[in-house]
Amino acid sequence: MTRETTVNIALAIALLAVPIGAQFADHPFIITLSTKVAIFAIAGVGLNIALGYGGLISFGHAAFFGLGGYAAGILASQALNYEPLVTWPFEIQGTTQMLIIWPVALCICGAAALVIGAMSLRTGGVYFIMITLAFAQMIYYFAISWPAYGGEDGLSIYVRSKFPGLNTLDPITFFAICFALLIAVLGFSVLLTHSRFGLALSAARQNPQRLTSVGVRPFQVQLTAFVISGMITGLAGALYADLNRFVSPAMFSWHTSGEIMIFVILGGVGRLFGPLAGAALFILLEHLLGGITEFWQFLLGMLLLLIVLFARGGLIGLLAGGRGNV
Amino acid sequence: MSTILLFEQILNGLQFGIMLFLMAAGLTLVFGVMGLINLAHGSLYMVGAFACAAVAAATGSFWLGVAASLAAAAAAGAVIEVAVIRRLYGRDHLDQVLATFALILVFSEGTRWIFGSFPLYLNVPASLSGAVILPGGVAYPTYRLAIIVVGIIVAAGLFALIGKTRIGVQIRAGEADREMIAALGIDIARLYTFVFALGAALAGLAGALVGTIQSVQVGMGEPVLILAFVVIVIGGIGSIKGALVGAILVGLTDTLGRFLLPSLFATMMSESDATSIGSALASMSIYILMALVLIFRPRGLFGATN
Amino acid sequence: MSSAILEVEDLSKRFGALMASDHVTLDLRPGEIHALIGPNGAGKSTLIKQIVGELHHDAGTIRFNGRRIDDLDAEARAKMGLARTFQVSSLAPEISALHNVLLAVQAVEGSVFRFFKPVIRDKKLVAAAMDNLMRVGLQDRAMVRTADLSHGERRQLEMAIALALKPKVFLLDEPMAGMGPDGSQQLTKFLARLRDEAPILLVEHDMDAVFALADRISVLVYGQIIATGSVDEIRNSKKVRSAYLGEELA
Repeated sequence: MTRETTVNIALAIALLAVPIGAQFADHPFIITLSTKVAIFAIAGVGLNIALGYGGLISFGHAAFFGLGGYAAGILASQALNYEPLVTWPFEIQGTTQMLIIWPVALCICGAAALVIGAMSLRTGGVYFIMITLAFAQMIYYFAISWPAYGGEDGLSIYVRSKFPGLNTLDPITFFAICFALLIAVLGFSVLLTHSRFGLALSAARQNPQRLTSVGVRPFQVQLTAFVISGMITGLAGALYADLNRFVSPAMFSWHTSGEIMIFVILGGVGRLFGPLAGAALFILLEHLLGGITEFWQFLLGMLLLLIVLFARGGLIGLLAGGRGNV
Repeated sequence: MSTILLFEQILNGLQFGIMLFLMAAGLTLVFGVMGLINLAHGSLYMVGAFACAAVAAATGSFWLGVAASLAAAAAAGAVIEVAVIRRLYGRDHLDQVLATFALILVFSEGTRWIFGSFPLYLNVPASLSGAVILPGGVAYPTYRLAIIVVGIIVAAGLFALIGKTRIGVQIRAGEADREMIAALGIDIARLYTFVFALGAALAGLAGALVGTIQSVQVGMGEPVLILAFVVIVIGGIGSIKGALVGAILVGLTDTLGRFLLPSLFATMMSESDATSIGSALASMSIYILMALVLIFRPRGLFGATN
Repeated sequence: MSSAILEVEDLSKRFGALMASDHVTLDLRPGEIHALIGPNGAGKSTLIKQIVGELHHDAGTIRFNGRRIDDLDAEARAKMGLARTFQVSSLAPEISALHNVLLAVQAVEGSVFRFFKPVIRDKKLVAAAMDNLMRVGLQDRAMVRTADLSHGERRQLEMAIALALKPKVFLLDEPMAGMGPDGSQQLTKFLARLRDEAPILLVEHDMDAVFALADRISVLVYGQIIATGSVDEIRNSKKVRSAYLGEELA
């Protein structure tokens, strides 16, 4: 077992142990924080597929996080209000079943990522960063000015959505759902990166010319990765909506894109468990620094600067050494 | 009646476009010369606005405030260039994005620390308050007209600086070939600091001028920054001419979209539906413009073709 | 002429004032090695790039097996069986030599859009990739990270990838560049046999290798083909000697 695998397993166990301990010690707030870590980690795992493995610096993943969130929020609020979502050409009802909400969120985010990715991948480099940012921003402004679902004020979901056989309102149960999904997307991520597709994606990042000369279009490979990446981040958005029982345009804001990116970088770009390490560190910092001063983001900014300038490789790199991106 | 209103909106769009140009010029220069993507450019805009508001409030002179905005933004730009930015020139874009994102957090929270969370207000100087009657009988606020004039002067100055002066030659040389300017014996470090501070000063000026129309508050730079990104993507990254054309296009599209789309939809549906759909679409209009430009010219209108 | 696999006719490409390709006509027949020689800057690499579709030509036609391929993109041309090696090695540096070859093998044998099964567990793929590494003598270095390979090994890896594509035509852009005399000799022997698998368009500066290998030689100077012929015809051509070989042989 490599050192990185050991670190990864330790991280997973820690994320499981903290909320279980909190359950016995009766600290529901810590369970909520752990759930947040798991959800942010899922969002980061999604971004890591595009950013870490594909080398696609998307600064617009808030679009998918928000779309996933709004998909969950709109479906649930329509169901709770007993209003059909669509009445023509046929009637579609809202729903509060997670098992329906998740696939819907995945489909919507996949479709959005297909459109945004196809546009953005026509260019590259710094254009790609700015264009993904701009598209996310477009959806942000749309969410603010579209009054049907709360506009600027956001949309409340009165009851957390349901999962067959489980009481999702119980914090530890909801954590377990999120944790299981995190492990599932991590597992998928491992398979993906070692698959034929993962090899092609890795080549597209390192040397697109090489891929072209063996007869594969880098565009198709990168677009596929971008779609998968957007879908996973969208799933995280749907869970985040249920965690807070609230969605707002802030989910689409570029700070959200920046934060998802920070999870990936703090943990280590192209590291399997990087997003989990990064999300956990971020939430931890938010609470430690937040206890020192209300201007904790000032300190976060300073810390981030130091990390970018001097400590490349992120937390996993620090703990496990070696290279990411294999 | 409606044509007068339309004319007024066109001027508003022009004024907005000119402001965007001041922002976009610095971004595109820094990218063209140093290959750096700078997210913290919006923070320099904010620094300019706060410096202007603080100095104007302390001295009672708007003009001293404007001078202070230029000085403060240029100084802030020079400081971060020396302390942080120059370490990023050789790095990949991901590092640049993160480090400058971190700078935004530092600037925003630092400003909140010093000035608090409440917005500051800047008043239009007495000499520029009121309205001018334009040919055709349109009354237009003097201050907004002044912004357009100032913007055009600055743009002309910038084109002259780059096209006609020694430093402009160096900047153009730097865009073409980084090794060449080193070979020419130009002090690159100083040139880079100068270019960065120049871009910062333009952003600071934009912040001060817009601060009188809107409120001066933390986070004001970010929406403008993203619009400036749209501008330079449309114009072609690295091209000052592209930044000017892109800025005017974006300014006009945004302003006229907000003005025309709701009334366009009102001919088809009820007033309130038209307002909500029209304004939602108007908020997306410039991004749709960007997407259209990208479909036909992936490197922007004036970008280097591959 | 209709027996040629690859036919380039009247191909022109201009960069500003420079004619990189000036009405170039050239063909490649089954079983032959057709060497393309010429001084630096004559436009040899530019010609290769137009044939594989990395650059778009301004005028002229390119036919492959009698079919025009001018409008196809580089990926489609590669899929039809045009394999090239690069003048400067163009590999994925962070993955192993084996993975670089696997990339080619998997592209030829079905789709790259498979998301679950690990490549390295696919015995058929790995065996095919190892075969090609073995053919270039790189089997012991299969698991080494490509960036850690020596210059010569990277050139060998380029060749292994081209082999893995099972192409109908090889386009080799200075395969001897930077190889020591031993390496060049080995490669010369290897290429001599390779022509039976698929014909080779060989761009090369190493005249010993060219004269030893080529069935036909074309000489490109300032974007123009000034002569095409057998080794002896080219050696004895006055035109070629004065334009190019004179300086080399002097």
